[in-house]
Amino acid sequence: MNIFSLAFIVLVGILFFVLFFHFSNFVLDYYEKKSKSSFTFENSIRVIIFIAPAFIVLFVFIIYPVFETIRLSFFDKVGREFVGWHNYSWAIKDPDFRRGILNNLGWLLIVPTLSTFFGLVIANLADRIWWGTIAKSIIFMPMAISFVGAGVIWKFIYDYRGPGDDQIGLLNAITVALGFEPQAWLTISIWNNLFLMAIMIWIQTGLALVIFSAALRSIPNETLDAARIDGASELKIFWSIIIPYLQQTILVIWTIITILVLKVFDIIYAMTNGQWQTEVLANLMYDWMFRGGGDSGRGSVLAFCIMIGVIPILAWNLYQHRKDQQL
Amino acid sequence: MTKKISFTSILAQILLLLFVVAWIAPTFGLFISSLRDKDVLAISGWWTSFITTEVNEIYRTKGMEVQFEKDGYYFIEDNLFGDKKPKEISSFGITSKDINGYEIENTATFKDGSEITLSKNGNYSWKSKEAFSKKKGKRIFITALSPPSFTFENYKEVLFKEGLGQAFINTFAVAIPSTLIPLIICSFFAYSLTWMKFFGRDLLLAIVIASLVVPLQMSLIPVLSLYNDFGALFGVSAKSYPGIWMAHTGFGLASTTFLLWNFLKSLPNEMMEAARVDGATHYDTFIKIVVPLSIPAFASIFILQFLWVWNDLLVGLVFLDKNPSEIILTAKLKELLGSRGENWEILTTGAFISMSVPLLIFFSLQRYFIRGLVAGSVKG
Repeated sequence: MNIFSLAFIVLVGILFFVLFFHFSNFVLDYYEKKSKSSFTFENSIRVIIFIAPAFIVLFVFIIYPVFETIRLSFFDKVGREFVGWHNYSWAIKDPDFRRGILNNLGWLLIVPTLSTFFGLVIANLADRIWWGTIAKSIIFMPMAISFVGAGVIWKFIYDYRGPGDDQIGLLNAITVALGFEPQAWLTISIWNNLFLMAIMIWIQTGLALVIFSAALRSIPNETLDAARIDGASELKIFWSIIIPYLQQTILVIWTIITILVLKVFDIIYAMTNGQWQTEVLANLMYDWMFRGGGDSGRGSVLAFCIMIGVIPILAWNLYQHRKDQQL
Repeated sequence: MTKKISFTSILAQILLLLFVVAWIAPTFGLFISSLRDKDVLAISGWWTSFITTEVNEIYRTKGMEVQFEKDGYYFIEDNLFGDKKPKEISSFGITSKDINGYEIENTATFKDGSEITLSKNGNYSWKSKEAFSKKKGKRIFITALSPPSFTFENYKEVLFKEGLGQAFINTFAVAIPSTLIPLIICSFFAYSLTWMKFFGRDLLLAIVIASLVVPLQMSLIPVLSLYNDFGALFGVSAKSYPGIWMAHTGFGLASTTFLLWNFLKSLPNEMMEAARVDGATHYDTFIKIVVPLSIPAFASIFILQFLWVWNDLLVGLVFLDKNPSEIILTAKLKELLGSRGENWEILTTGAFISMSVPLLIFFSLQRYFIRGLVAGSVKG
């Protein structure tokens, strides 16, 4: 399609929603101002106009699919015949699924921990150095890059050439310069997971960094100065004042990165596609959506396993929200 | 603040510098590589591109067709580089065992007694007593100096020959509506959740908050089958631009609504009350008061959602076709990773093109981007 026809349908698509809201409200305004009496009827129409589009979208794309996915996980590959727990027992026996669960657990342990840790350390360092803002900006930059783009960047770093040739991948060039044999990093089982996680850490550290920087500014200077006057070392201040102060923030960042990591797909799909024992649930799920014409039962089981991971976070969010509302 | 240069502060600077170098090196290497000549890129690391380096290459002389006779000798004369970019030769050789055995302008003798002289710019003169009888020329090994050189050749190739230009336009056609439609819908939604009173409002808000963390994967199979049914019913393709706009709208709806709701409830209640008392309808209040006040919040949300959609791969793979008129940048890049895995000039350039728009937004609107993130974005 050429650029003009694309621009045209884009414009029509956006205008459709603008005009829907404008005309429906315009008509309603006319009646509301004319009738003047009780507002109840017009008001309930107004509520419907304001809510309906969002609610329909929310229902079709989130609410209905959640229940439908759970239902489909008990049905066969085309979703027609009830098969009970069959798909679940398949999953437990499937070696790829076990590998995926193990790898996902590894990702969940390592990526949020290291991203949060690096973010916290860098935020602290950058706060006291005059070129800290530039440093923060540079470390934050990977947040803007797609996972696939980051995949290409890192695949280039992990590039492998035979021992005799010049290495064009940075990691192997360093390895060779230090006197070791070059390695095909992405194919070394178990350890290759760490090389993939490095990409995610590289991206998410920036998120932790900016949130921590904002939070650090909320620590009262008097507290820090008092500690310094009492002769506390910077390291002591970091552990005994800053960390306890940031507890809430650490939890928030941890949660955000955990949710993201549970769904990690693009990096694995682009770099190894689950080969060499790097499988994760989201990639396996995508695979089963299309493998052999697609198996909606198995795919749904895998999706539901990812969902289970976020249920505690979901419950916690709702609990927090209720507490906020009551205040 | 006391100004003193202490040991710890120097240590802190060095540590931070290490972090910065480690974080920038990958992207920087990619950018430099995308500007290098593809032949050099394949055989040397990007960090060597700033200095003049020695490269060893192999060329072949011309064969018997171009020979001529002069003073009883047969000659073949030409330039080694032919159509390729000329280099400055420092030494040469005629066997693979001894690739730089001869200085420039010296004469090397082949086994059959013929002699060759090579000059700096690649011109050679190959002389023999008997007529040349082979179609294939001899291999000449050269050692040449390669000064730093950068080119936009890769960009031209990738944009126009590999089809990334079209993918770039497609990605815009996906990203702009997928950002604006949720913004329009959700601003009305968030307004009603904040300022309108109706039955079930709290429940609705709780649903939005729960939806924040529901993984995208839960929606893929049911929505795709809905699209397939819809497509079959009306005889249209299940994969289309409006389809992906609505999918992105659905997946971004909870976070957009939540961020807007968070912002709207911080606006003073009195202002809304006053407008209502003056006889303004909800729509008047929305257009004349809420929208102008929300511009900074809109900007943050716009950037977050735009970057999310631009960088997305999964939704694009599931809800759009892979043909050139619909494929998006990330999907195209993934395809290149598979089919052109060793052509680093194409991959690095392609990756940089796909990153160009996010980076531009990042550097020009970083403030809004950070504000949106800090406001507590949790994306489903």
